[in-house]
Amino acid sequence: MTEAILSTVDLTRRFGGLVAVSKVSVDLRVGEVHAVIGPNGAGKTTLTNLLSGDLAPTSGEIRYAGADLAGLPSHRISRMGIGRSYQKTNIFLPFSVFENCRLAAQSRTPHAWRAFSRAPGFRDINRQAEAAMEAAGLARRRDRVAATLSHGEQRQLEIAMCLATSPRVLLLDEPLAGMGPHESQRMVELIKQLSEGHAIMLIEHDMDAVFAVAHRLTVMVNGEVIESGTPAEVRNSPAVQLAYLGGEDNLHG
Amino acid sequence: MHAHGRMLNAILIAAVVALAAFPLAGSTFYTQLITKIMIMAIFAMSLDLLVGYTGLVSFGHAAFFGLAGYALALMVPKYEAASLWWTLPAAMAACAAFALVTGALVLRTRGIFFIMVTLAFAQMLFFVFHDTKFGGGSDGIYIYNKPHLKLGETALLDLEKLDHFYYLVLVLLVAVYLVLRRILGSTFGHALVGIKVNEHRMRALGFPAFRYKLAAYVISGALAGMSGYLAAVQFGFVNPEIISWHQSGAVLMMVILGGMGTLYGPAIGAFAFVMMQELFSNQAWFGAYAKHWQLAMGVTIILVALYLPQGLSGLLQKFGRRKEAAEAEHD
Repeated sequence: MTEAILSTVDLTRRFGGLVAVSKVSVDLRVGEVHAVIGPNGAGKTTLTNLLSGDLAPTSGEIRYAGADLAGLPSHRISRMGIGRSYQKTNIFLPFSVFENCRLAAQSRTPHAWRAFSRAPGFRDINRQAEAAMEAAGLARRRDRVAATLSHGEQRQLEIAMCLATSPRVLLLDEPLAGMGPHESQRMVELIKQLSEGHAIMLIEHDMDAVFAVAHRLTVMVNGEVIESGTPAEVRNSPAVQLAYLGGEDNLHG
Repeated sequence: MHAHGRMLNAILIAAVVALAAFPLAGSTFYTQLITKIMIMAIFAMSLDLLVGYTGLVSFGHAAFFGLAGYALALMVPKYEAASLWWTLPAAMAACAAFALVTGALVLRTRGIFFIMVTLAFAQMLFFVFHDTKFGGGSDGIYIYNKPHLKLGETALLDLEKLDHFYYLVLVLLVAVYLVLRRILGSTFGHALVGIKVNEHRMRALGFPAFRYKLAAYVISGALAGMSGYLAAVQFGFVNPEIISWHQSGAVLMMVILGGMGTLYGPAIGAFAFVMMQELFSNQAWFGAYAKHWQLAMGVTIILVALYLPQGLSGLLQKFGRRKEAAEAEHD
């Protein structure tokens, strides 16, 4: 097994008296999709926010490439190669699809000394943006205003923007939320493709999708990890079946 | 889109040509009035960088305008003229420094709090000049000698002459417009607009949003300083009124009236605002009501806000689109 590129150690986040994430330890590896599942309020999105720097942990470590990321601001974490998509679509609605991706790509290239050169003139940035649109299946929509895209396409744009920053780790927060079956199928294919070059943490409620792409699963309930392992291990875990699935064999879908 | 851009450029070039020709035909009064309008246009464009492009509604922009005026007044020796070559950059640098320090604090706030804190800093500066002898108190300071502009020993311009000063202001107005347009077309400018639209996502993409906003704040403050410097040269004195919140409110209204986020819109807004001020306070036309010109002004601004949400420049864009549509039909 390859070494983990990102791992958390006893990561904890309290909101007053509520412990939203409690001593969570997960490992992400390049080439692997690590799905985090659990009922609403289990702390999955809070975990994502801790990893992306949107929130600072109360205690615990986030180890990534030899550094501890805990408490770093989100823009620093992003620059270190950790990209995220949002559960609630979070894009630049008035901009074209291309400009959304171009801005994302721009963030990677330190052109401080050329900051006042005309933005569309940077070929490397444009190429990166085009590649991200291509990878996310949005090339045909290049010049459309993001606000006029369908819901599914906006979700694809979320991913495309993330890819345009050339991350090594992708944190995908419910990428299938609100998608129809056809769009979901496309997204699942996309995640499968992306897993080859990236370490992916996937938060998702759609169990068919989760079991179609995940190499590892972590199950969270009330902020705690109750089980972690391969899909088969999790499926057969009595703890998961009891706590999360009410003893029913729902995981077989 | 491109046809629209070409038409806009054509209109702007025509406007500059008209402005360049104006002193040949206009009276002293109107030459002075247009000079004042062009100075206010620089002021309004500098604010548009914050309000229209970065999403920062500053209600204390007069601080920079006034600070530069006072900087000039304090730098000029009493009985001789100072050189524009170093007093203008020095006044702008003072504003940039003030923007850097206050910006580092105010940019930690957002929305309504940002509005209030920018106002608070401007008010603090107002009272520094109003309540201390340092800036002449509430009477302010006279600038008896306008700065000179020499190359070696030859005077390039004599700013005592109305038309010389007029052309200096016109050149600076065009320069500021071109510089801002260049900035907004750059990667830096695109990032600012990104911050305006969705700052959270910009940070998530790896942009240090605070630094970008601070840079915009400093550029905007320095350019507002240029306009304040020119206003002090034109009127020959400074007093605390130029830092008052009325002044901050007026420039904000120019931006909104003209249409924020367009650069040329706030320049049009400055023109409309000053002209309306002149019109509604004209006793020959409005008699006793001229005293209450602010009432008429207020009603007009409400009407613009209601019916032209994109300001006066929105009219121009609407016209441009209609023409484009007509041409498309024709094809």
